[in-house]
Amino acid sequence: MSRYSEFAAALLDPHKACPQGLTCATGADPESRFAVYRNNVLSSLINALADNYPVVAQLVGEDFFRAMAGMYVQSAAPRSPVMSDYGADFAGFIEHFEPAANVPYLADVARLERLQVQAWHAADARPMDAHQVMQVLSSPASHDHLRVGLHPSLHLLQSPFAVVAIWAAHQQAPVVPFDPFSPQYALVLRNDLEVEVFAISPGTHDFIQDLLQGVSLSTAIDASTGRDSDLELEHTLAQLISHRAIIHLLPEQVLP
Amino acid sequence: MSKAPSLATDTRLPPRAGLGLKTEHFREVLQTRPDLGFFEVHAENYMVAGGPFHHFLGRIREQYPLSLHGVGLSIGGEGPLDNAHLQRLAALIERYQPQSFSEHLAWSSHGPMFLNDLLPLAYDETTLKRVCEHIDQVQSSLKCTLLLENPATYLAFEDSTLDEPDFISEVIRRTGCGLLLDVNNVYVSCINHCRDPLAYLDALPLHATGEIHLAGFAEDADSLGERLLIDDHGAPIDNEVWRLYRTVLARTGPVATLIERDNRIPTLGVLLAEAAQADQLLNTAGGRP
Repeated sequence: MSRYSEFAAALLDPHKACPQGLTCATGADPESRFAVYRNNVLSSLINALADNYPVVAQLVGEDFFRAMAGMYVQSAAPRSPVMSDYGADFAGFIEHFEPAANVPYLADVARLERLQVQAWHAADARPMDAHQVMQVLSSPASHDHLRVGLHPSLHLLQSPFAVVAIWAAHQQAPVVPFDPFSPQYALVLRNDLEVEVFAISPGTHDFIQDLLQGVSLSTAIDASTGRDSDLELEHTLAQLISHRAIIHLLPEQVLP
Repeated sequence: MSKAPSLATDTRLPPRAGLGLKTEHFREVLQTRPDLGFFEVHAENYMVAGGPFHHFLGRIREQYPLSLHGVGLSIGGEGPLDNAHLQRLAALIERYQPQSFSEHLAWSSHGPMFLNDLLPLAYDETTLKRVCEHIDQVQSSLKCTLLLENPATYLAFEDSTLDEPDFISEVIRRTGCGLLLDVNNVYVSCINHCRDPLAYLDALPLHATGEIHLAGFAEDADSLGERLLIDDHGAPIDNEVWRLYRTVLARTGPVATLIERDNRIPTLGVLLAEAAQADQLLNTAGGRP
């Protein structure tokens, strides 16, 4: 084992002894100096998670969060120096983290917070002008064969818990009473420089899911009708336009 | 074919005080346009596809010189440099045309792991050769002169054969890279290792200084109760560091100086006051000898 392998392994595991071959000019025990590095690594990674999962931290309290995040860090050190990617699978860890089992919605709240970080840093794309969108959509000739390009920051989440309401209850807005155990569908996007989070209906979720998968507008509408869904088409399109989520409307490519 | 990245043609940071750019201050900086020599950013924070980080940095870059400061290249690492990371750095340099690019004499990656800290090196011939090879590779692939930052360390390797300033001098001599002199790191390391900061400075090639960092430290005690200083960038600059900075300026003349603050970030006004204090010293520092 090289000296740096031993050093790296001991950093992440507080039960491992301080590596051999270290010294300290004061004559102090190198262990007390090595502890600084150990603490820097663990606390900086835990802080990175705390920054990205603030509501998860509020739901379980700071001490519990730091202990949970510390165990995650030890099981999954970063694989890249790009720290905005770190903790992408934290929700999966939380889901199987036994001590958090009595907060069953915790993992989905983490998923919702992850989507917000992703939306914050997602690629830029210029939204289509609202009037132009209306014009194209109201032209009967093109309507049937359009593919709707949505902003790269836009993502959906389906949860058996009231994940948006739980998240919103930890923002500054006044809290409206809700049942955390009622299913909710979330839409996250970045509108200009702000990340926005909405609760949407199941029908809206399925319809936008189809659009994200590249299904044409007419096929997505047909599918929605077939599902007997609660989609309010005009309202949904109006919302997508007003939140600047539509970046292009392109004719469906006709295969040769 | 993509153009090779290169640093901005006005290639030096102005010999004035600058600040680390914090997301908390993005809007205020654009609204108030404070009188500063430059801004510095951590390269890794901007390795994202789009959104507010690029939006604000793009606009701020139009108004100010920029220093790109890497914290994740692991120049001292045992393994090869991460080519994907070098490409991400090249893309940022191409996009923002910074006046300066700097990195640390430290390691932070090992195998597939990134440890998110600046870890200490054994100062011996093997490490020296490896660090020089890595810096050669960085400078040739990014087509720029790297400024190498002296580290803050808390312990040393028993089998080190070179003193830290001698090691740094030799790296600079062999690779032609410049020095990012972190005065706080000099102070922190010297206290932690019972060295005289002035003797440490004497042993450094101060003529190669392209930028200076000033920051605050936290104070702890080791197992013998001796002062253990921790480079946490979370406090105002200590008086001893200001004193050492004056000594440095007397030797280097005015050099671009960053007020570094990454934790417990105060208002922009507080940081501007520290920058003004550095500017005052820079103004009286005279020309480069």
